[in-house]
Amino acid sequence: MTDVLNALVLLTNFLLLPGLTYGSQLALGALGVTLIYSVLRFSNFGHGELMSFGTMFTIFFTWLFQSWGISIKPLPTALLALPIGILATMTLALIMDKTVYRYHREKKSSNVIFLIVSIGTMFVIGGIVRFAIGPADQIFFDGTRFLLKAREFKQMTGLDEGLAIRMTQVITIVTAVVVVAFIWWFLNKTRTGKSMRAYSDNENLALLSGIDPARVVMVAWLLVAALAAIAGTLYGLDKSFKPFTYMQLLLPIFAAAIVGGVGNPLGAIAGGYVVALSEIAVTFAYKRVIGYLVPEDMQPDTLVQLLSTDYKIAVSFIILVIVLIIKPTGLFSGKTL
Amino acid sequence: MSFLIGENMTGGYGSADILHDCTIGVDKGEIAVIVGPNGAGKSTAMKATFGMLDLRLGRVMFDGEDITHLKPEERVLKGMGFVPQTHNVFTSMSVEENLEMGAFIRRDDIQSTMEQVFELFPILKEKRHQPAGELSGGQRQQVAVGRALMTQPKVLLLDEPTAGVSPIVMDELFDRIIEIARQGIAILMVEQNAKQALNIADKGYVLVQGANRFTDTGEALMANPEVRKAFLGG
Repeated sequence: MTDVLNALVLLTNFLLLPGLTYGSQLALGALGVTLIYSVLRFSNFGHGELMSFGTMFTIFFTWLFQSWGISIKPLPTALLALPIGILATMTLALIMDKTVYRYHREKKSSNVIFLIVSIGTMFVIGGIVRFAIGPADQIFFDGTRFLLKAREFKQMTGLDEGLAIRMTQVITIVTAVVVVAFIWWFLNKTRTGKSMRAYSDNENLALLSGIDPARVVMVAWLLVAALAAIAGTLYGLDKSFKPFTYMQLLLPIFAAAIVGGVGNPLGAIAGGYVVALSEIAVTFAYKRVIGYLVPEDMQPDTLVQLLSTDYKIAVSFIILVIVLIIKPTGLFSGKTL
Repeated sequence: MSFLIGENMTGGYGSADILHDCTIGVDKGEIAVIVGPNGAGKSTAMKATFGMLDLRLGRVMFDGEDITHLKPEERVLKGMGFVPQTHNVFTSMSVEENLEMGAFIRRDDIQSTMEQVFELFPILKEKRHQPAGELSGGQRQQVAVGRALMTQPKVLLLDEPTAGVSPIVMDELFDRIIEIARQGIAILMVEQNAKQALNIADKGYVLVQGANRFTDTGEALMANPEVRKAFLGG
């Protein structure tokens, strides 16, 4: 019995909890991608860098607050700086829309052109970020690291395996739940949110109903910018901030959005967790888990790891390919909000 | 002069004209029907009164005001409602949300208007929480008409409201349209089912190749042997 519990704790500690945390970060990112896709109808490859930009601003203000001696211990100071990061990202998104995307909307450019343009914004924002904060790794988490330490858990339960709950994991999951609930409420219960869904469903009819496309597009960018800044900051708090990793995040985020069915918010969230949990499940070494569950003479000699962690990013690719072959519309199909 | 009138309209979507000196009008509480063979420019003529194509010549008057240069959205604000032939509901949204979106330009309480729509189309009240995309063709058309009514328009433009519905549903829809007209709304519609449509029409326009061929009351057109022979199948 204790062996089973030990195995479960081990799995929770190294697979489930990190998976849910990473999944929440991906889900928030994928939600942003999906919103842009369903309202503006293009795949925004600049989303990773938008996250990076928001995180960078949050870090700048975290440093500023730290230098002023402001702290909200046990919570990280970055949470206090996050609203400013969100505002900065919103400003950037609106400027980008006004200077770049609006021109192509008026010209009624094809989706492919929008996609290429978004790659352009990716490089520009990436350049700004690397110029402003540098390409190096930044760790900006302060506050209490653990809510529950592995040693305390062992003492509490008397199990051999420890369960550690990190502050960033709790913050990430709680924030994700709150943000997703807010987005759901906004899209389904508010006039502006409904008009966004209407616009995404049937642009011409929305126009006939007196819905102002300019306003819908603006609100979409504001939401997406906020989502990007939040997702980026949560990821940075949990791991660390390095501009290069944020560019790489684009792949799992798009995989999550596509797995769930691009354009469907529910799908984006589900997709985030599917991608994150599979990435970790495939690269996890099961030796010790199996060790608890099978008799002594059947102990595995190897790590029982399907894929080396170096290939983590390949998992997103594999999921993407499988989904595109078997169910191209994603788990929850639909192109509307 | 009629309440809504497109006078001597000439124009098209591109360089070639589709309408040639075409005049279409409707008065409050009246049903005007545009009929004619395929490709006669029936829908085009109606869309022209709604500002969906550029007119080279002619003008559109609404309630004594020249609205020739207004965009369709601006005409909605003036009191025109338009029900497109296809893609005329928000398929992913519930019936109730469809009606709410129809009333998007209104800032006042829309509840009583929604009740009126539900009174007119009782089935919609029953299905108010169902996505419009899951409804049958006839029910969808009711949602589409209901959505347009939510702005409390003075003129309602219907582009083939009975396209693709069964004859029974068609009769039902025509009854509702008569009811809407009785409330004092001007109704201008394009119809493939010329006979049935002219039966309920106060005014009929027979278009051929983008020009007026016959214009008369519905009754007179039905009685006109030439119209009967050429357009109503004898």
